[in-house]
Amino acid sequence: MEKNFMTLRFAAKSENESFARVTVAAFLSRLDPTLDELMDIKTVVSEAVTNAIIHGYENDPEGIITITAQLEDNVLTLIVEDQGRGIADVELARQPLYTSRPELERSGMGFTIMENFMDRLEVETAPGKGTKVIMTKRIESAKPLYNESGR
Amino acid sequence: MSLQVEIEHDSKALIVRLKGELDHHTAETVRARMEEAIADSNCRNVILNMEHLSFMDSSGLGVILGRYKQITGKGGKMVVCGINPSVHRLFQMSGLFKIVTVEENERSAVLRLEGVS
Repeated sequence: MEKNFMTLRFAAKSENESFARVTVAAFLSRLDPTLDELMDIKTVVSEAVTNAIIHGYENDPEGIITITAQLEDNVLTLIVEDQGRGIADVELARQPLYTSRPELERSGMGFTIMENFMDRLEVETAPGKGTKVIMTKRIESAKPLYNESGR
Repeated sequence: MSLQVEIEHDSKALIVRLKGELDHHTAETVRARMEEAIADSNCRNVILNMEHLSFMDSSGLGVILGRYKQITGKGGKMVVCGINPSVHRLFQMSGLFKIVTVEENERSAVLRLEGVS
């Protein structure tokens, strides 16, 4: 079993959204994922980071977002964390098309997209404490990180 | 700038071409540019060409839905074209296909609008 990980900490600013998704994609690149898999991962990173900026920190650039990406063989665990407002009703937040900020033209599809693109999604949150989104996905196209003997 | 917005005033429609990455950060520019162009234009219809979009997330869905409402509020139509497979999936997931007209490319989008006018 081969393990690898990385952690990224950055200011909760919208201009960092593309930086975050490109960085996670670069970390994954040695597994040689397909373009579709990379696109899925970039999209879920974008969704989770956007949620942290808009809802967690309510656009306060002082906020800090932490992303940890862990690889265990070809299974990716992605943790996106903020110390913002937290989510009072997670069930409601996860409903497709639900948004707490309709005035911002949000589609309310963030959690639905994360659930659909990843194999598993868990949310740990408490009002006033922050939110931690934990997602896992098996990278199907992954090349073995090393060849077992006899193969 | 990671997103370019090109707006052309055709006789039949406002043609908006997006190039680059449409996320929460760039959605505001798209909203502002399109909102202004739609408000100022005599055209009732909008063609949104996404052929050169390399990335889009749910913020893109939000801004498209917002412009759809704006256009239909003026009695016009919105035709989206050039959507790639990942945008296709987001459209499907959100139910946007049920309300927005989709065409393969800009030419067929123009023809579609000529057909309905």
